[in-house]
Amino acid sequence: MKMGTELSDRYSKSVDLDQEILITTGSQEFLIEQLKLMIRIRLTEKIIADMRQTSEIGGPVHLSAGQEAIAVGISQFLRKSDRIFSGHRSHAHILATGSDPYRLFAEVLGRSTGLTKGMGGSMHLWDGHNGFFGAVPIVAGTVPLAVGAALALKLQKKGDIAVVYFGDGAVEEGVVHESLNLARQLKVPILFVCENNQFSSHMHISQRQPTNSVARFSIANEIPTEIVDGNNILNVASAANKLINLARNTSMPGFIEAITYRHYGHVDWRKDTDVGINRSPEDLIFWKKRDPIVRLETSLIKQGFVTNKDLEDFQNKINFEIKSAWNRATKDPTPVLKSLFEFVYKK
Amino acid sequence: MNLKMETTSYGGAIREAFSYLLINYPEVFVIGQGLWSPWYVGNSMTDLDKEFGIERIIDTPVAESACTGAAVGAALAGMKPIMVHPRMDFMLYAMDAIVNQAAKWSSMMGGQANAGVTIRAIINRGGEQGAQHSQALHAWFAHIPGLRVVMPYSVSDARDLLIASVLSGDPVIYIDDRWLYANEEELEPISELDLKTQGPKIIKSGGDLTLVSAGYSTHLALEASKILSAQGIEAEVIDMRVLSPISPKTIIESVTKTGRLVAVDGGWSPAGFAGEIIATVTESISPKLLKSSPRRVTLPFAPAPSSPALEKIYYPTPEDVVKVSLATFSD
Repeated sequence: MKMGTELSDRYSKSVDLDQEILITTGSQEFLIEQLKLMIRIRLTEKIIADMRQTSEIGGPVHLSAGQEAIAVGISQFLRKSDRIFSGHRSHAHILATGSDPYRLFAEVLGRSTGLTKGMGGSMHLWDGHNGFFGAVPIVAGTVPLAVGAALALKLQKKGDIAVVYFGDGAVEEGVVHESLNLARQLKVPILFVCENNQFSSHMHISQRQPTNSVARFSIANEIPTEIVDGNNILNVASAANKLINLARNTSMPGFIEAITYRHYGHVDWRKDTDVGINRSPEDLIFWKKRDPIVRLETSLIKQGFVTNKDLEDFQNKINFEIKSAWNRATKDPTPVLKSLFEFVYKK
Repeated sequence: MNLKMETTSYGGAIREAFSYLLINYPEVFVIGQGLWSPWYVGNSMTDLDKEFGIERIIDTPVAESACTGAAVGAALAGMKPIMVHPRMDFMLYAMDAIVNQAAKWSSMMGGQANAGVTIRAIINRGGEQGAQHSQALHAWFAHIPGLRVVMPYSVSDARDLLIASVLSGDPVIYIDDRWLYANEEELEPISELDLKTQGPKIIKSGGDLTLVSAGYSTHLALEASKILSAQGIEAEVIDMRVLSPISPKTIIESVTKTGRLVAVDGGWSPAGFAGEIIATVTESISPKLLKSSPRRVTLPFAPAPSSPALEKIYYPTPEDVVKVSLATFSD
């Protein structure tokens, strides 16, 4: 592992981040669909990054390029009646539930056709019809909310679960520890997903925590925990399948720590290779070799399930769809001015 | 034949509201510290756990922040939770869940989801408990768009406004004061009120002076009005009931009539609720209608003391309200 140089790797040492993705015959068609979803998310965010750079998007955007395998690997086991929460870096999470990129574009453009009717922008997203119950940018703010949603789902007895995505920075917030304890003590069906991309804003985990792994907190709370290579979609899926089944069947909370890396910096289109430690241009190049999309493509080609030509076709087709969606969103109306007061209290 | 109506205490009325909600609304549950203890919340929740089960009456770890956040999240997932903070001071750990999440959720999500959670915050002061077991912070919450702030004085409001809060679908801070728990009233049968239509109420009519207050301060205002009445001054007492969103019409009409305003508040003066009442009225009526400068009765600007000698001078009394009221006649 190439992480903080002086960090203890007591918890994450067994994770091999360079393992080849081995595809079993019969699963390739499903994996090709998963690949297409990852590409769709990547290209959606590429447009958002570009349009932020040219100021066509006015507000801050936190991009998840490089981390797509986590949300895509997990979402295949979720149903529309599950309740999913996230934080500031949530585009991949909401798109992986089946949300329409066109409505995300409209939202980041502040248009009334957006996912939150133009009231939220990139940092406040909701798509309840797909089970996405909200993403907001106060770090760790949705972690206790998801525990409460899980409590509600347990009381409603339909076998649904809550999922909450957060980063390695969020575990430095006290409320996460209260939430882990509470979830385990009340025994509610929730999957905590920590995307450990090793950076909180500009600071590397070695500047913030004594070890490179956050799973110690869930282990301390006796919550079943899996530490996985977050850039290997099969590893993510296998851990998610196991913990989601456990949550559905026994209400036991679960915790996934997915080790990953973000291609963009903390916010907007920049790469941030000039801030913090361990985020040099060389590091970025090194981690891009572990790109979850490239790794899956390489395996699919190597095992003869797709050709380079196929991949090019996927890319072009998705790119065309996404660009049309962007163009459509740019023509949509902004919210009427009375919207400022319309949603403050329930109608 | 002598018909003697039964009376209910303020604390008992709160318990009746819980009972009514738990019986009639399966999506209601209650969460908070001390709910399985007979002494945490006075007589206001006695044996609810035994009657409705510990799955719906949840006593919790010492984790105000996560528990309040969980109540907000449960509301988003279709429940009508009541979060209980036996002392408002400890609730300050939960400000993110209340101010950043619950209050703003509807606006942030374009009205597609509402955090319909009721947060019951108990003011539990006096008794030499000191600075961290005493605060009345209603003004903080009344500052935040998206929250409704309810502060019942009467026994019937203690019951009916709790029910209205839980059924409102919005995040509500419901604040009750343990100094009111022994008050007794004969109650009408429960009728469900729409919280949106509830606001300040004249609980004693008078033409000489307007006293505005909420919660325990309304008790002070009412007692003061009796002393004033004996001196030939008829005060109109307005009980706020709902502090936010504020509906000032009743107060403005009263001051237009009396020309004199005293706001009585259990919080501190600076940036406080008494100041808000005075500002709201003075912006809305002609200065010519005012016969004196408006005044306020609030706490001294110091944390609550624990020494009994200091505690005695700290909390306003009806006599303090009388003194300030009389001053409006000497301008």
